[in-house]
Amino acid sequence: MNLDDLADKAEEYRNQDPDITHEARVCMAASCQSSGAPEVMAALHRALTAIPPPAPGERQGDVEGDAERDGDSEGDGTMAGAGLAGPADRVTRGHRCKVKGVGCMGLCSAGPLVAVAEKGAELMASTLYREVRPEDAPAILASVAGPPVARLHCPTDQPFFARQQRIVLENAGVIDPDSFKGYVAVGGYAPLVQALTEMTPAEVLREITLSGLRGRGGGGYPTGLKWSTVAKMPGERKFVICNADEGDPGAFMDRAVLESDPHRVLEGMAIAAYAIGAAKGYVYVRAEYPLAVERLTTAIRKAKRAGFLGGKIAETPFSFEVEIRLGAGAFVCGEETALMASIEGNRGQPRPRPPYPAESGLWGCPTLINNVETFANIAPIVRHGGAWFAGIGTEKSKGTKVFALAGTIENTGLIEVPMGTRLRDIITAIGGGIPGGRAFKAVQTGGPSGGCIPAEHLDIPVDYDGLKTLGTIMGSGGMIVMDETADMVDVARYFMEFCMSESCGKCVPCRAGTQQLHALLDKIAKGEARHQDLALLEELCEVVQATSLCGLGQTAPNPVLSTLRFFRDEYEAKLCAP
Amino acid sequence: MTLLQTRPPLPSDDKRWKLVNATMRRNGYAGHALIETLHSVQDAFGFLDETAMRFVAGSLDLSLSKVYGVATFYHLFLLKPKGRHACVVCTGTACYIKGARGLVEAIQERYAVRPGETTPDGRLSLLTARCVGSCGLAPAVVLDGAMQGNQTAGQVLAKLERLD
Repeated sequence: MNLDDLADKAEEYRNQDPDITHEARVCMAASCQSSGAPEVMAALHRALTAIPPPAPGERQGDVEGDAERDGDSEGDGTMAGAGLAGPADRVTRGHRCKVKGVGCMGLCSAGPLVAVAEKGAELMASTLYREVRPEDAPAILASVAGPPVARLHCPTDQPFFARQQRIVLENAGVIDPDSFKGYVAVGGYAPLVQALTEMTPAEVLREITLSGLRGRGGGGYPTGLKWSTVAKMPGERKFVICNADEGDPGAFMDRAVLESDPHRVLEGMAIAAYAIGAAKGYVYVRAEYPLAVERLTTAIRKAKRAGFLGGKIAETPFSFEVEIRLGAGAFVCGEETALMASIEGNRGQPRPRPPYPAESGLWGCPTLINNVETFANIAPIVRHGGAWFAGIGTEKSKGTKVFALAGTIENTGLIEVPMGTRLRDIITAIGGGIPGGRAFKAVQTGGPSGGCIPAEHLDIPVDYDGLKTLGTIMGSGGMIVMDETADMVDVARYFMEFCMSESCGKCVPCRAGTQQLHALLDKIAKGEARHQDLALLEELCEVVQATSLCGLGQTAPNPVLSTLRFFRDEYEAKLCAP
Repeated sequence: MTLLQTRPPLPSDDKRWKLVNATMRRNGYAGHALIETLHSVQDAFGFLDETAMRFVAGSLDLSLSKVYGVATFYHLFLLKPKGRHACVVCTGTACYIKGARGLVEAIQERYAVRPGETTPDGRLSLLTARCVGSCGLAPAVVLDGAMQGNQTAGQVLAKLERLD
């Protein structure tokens, strides 16, 4: 198969239902599902079937088809748990509309979300409805041909949507994540075929290096450099691992990408495998994300059957198999050496580096580990070229970043903005500010390894280096907003409690240090500490930071140090007289 | 000379052991399939007991201490049966900021169970999770697998009371 064949296929899939002009897209990502999306989807199906078919002989004709005719005997196009067998496309006042389950549209706090759009239109060009109840289904379908339903309308020109730039999430909320054809129809797998048939591995490496992409899992290590290192390693057996062990509390970017556009991640992994010379890949995903696991499993099965995974991909000599490995609830497994230990069936305990995984990783073989979002950036880079990607973002941080916005903020959900966007814009414009007229106090980034940023620093541009100067990190992209009622000592204690219970116990500074730090913070929070305790806290933070074996321990003191830096008065106010 | 590895027989004629065995066979009885196998035991039986761990150790040719070590390392594996109902309170950052601790305390007080414990009558297990990823619905509780968003202590307790 070459690029022209694939383009023909995409064209064919796009025109599969020429009579259908519109789609009612229901967000079926985890958050909307929990707020009732499956019921809304079922109601939309019922409402479609309830619309009487037009008289025979009329141009629009009657319906055939079901939810999505993907030509797949195994139930393609039907979304998990929704039970959507049965006729779906119906004529609504001259338009042919179908109901489709899609991935995350971003504004999770307004779920369940339904978008009515022309077939194939992007999210911004759709009419979006918020907090849809099953009884709203007939009104929404009627709006396909008429004016929007005003009481449910959620304008897509509001800053939450307008200020975003969607690259990683370009298909999220647009395509059906379970549909292979849906992915190919929007140009999916063309970058992989392009890499395999028109580029050498060295040329792929050059584009990735040129793009300036840096690891999205938190470290920010240049992706091109990492790939090149593994590519240079001798040895026949190499591995590609996708780190989907999204353990930071308050972060759900990877989950949303896997639930909304799983093929894109697989495609990124396959391109990586071609570039470094690997034939086997693993996706290490949290068992706490059953829906993501299910969609990924479906995607692997379908990609394999279509010949985009497995042996002789696109009729080239390149072969690549992907297997899923489930985590079992250990935060430390997000650390790369611990993750590999877990894939090998061991306790997820890190080991000292070097040797780095690039040299000696899974079963001692050279191994490339990247995060979900990093892999999701690969296909667009190959498609548009590294220079295109390097034109987005700041000097040292290229491209966009997906953030999970949560906490006390008006718009909770998933956003993607160019690197360098000011924090203030993210919180006040995109996030809609703090609800209830309360004042902003701090935003926490980077989870248990990050820190809190107070109001006076809101004008910094968000990129890897900017956040570092404030003593926090980009992390994987969780952003928790806190209002004036938040108690910063309590927040620091919360994160320390997390690190304490997630410490794997291998090295003493982390195992014992986090215990002692937690005890000190608890003492301070309870108002039983003195000035010397505060000094001890700071000293111990430095020790744990400097001497721990892996990232978990080295960064565990960050939330304490950062709150001490910006909110020291709160600590001091809790001290009892010396 | 090849040694024929003898695998232990299924512990009982309970059909669920066949599911567990199928997982191990699919992975060629390789030691690195341990975590997958333990997942499949827990899916089938709800928890891991000594019989199961001995069987898995024997089948994968691993020491019992290794199996026990892995089973106790990961939070998801349970060594005791869960209650008839499971209430998982998310204690991720967003839920914490929005009052998850109050939910845990309320349940703890009403049913006299601490997180990770089950009521003596086996009716309810109280568990906590490190973020279920539904931060838009904070504070969130997963009751018998169903996500309940924006909960107050009163709402959760009322739901728990209604359980059989």
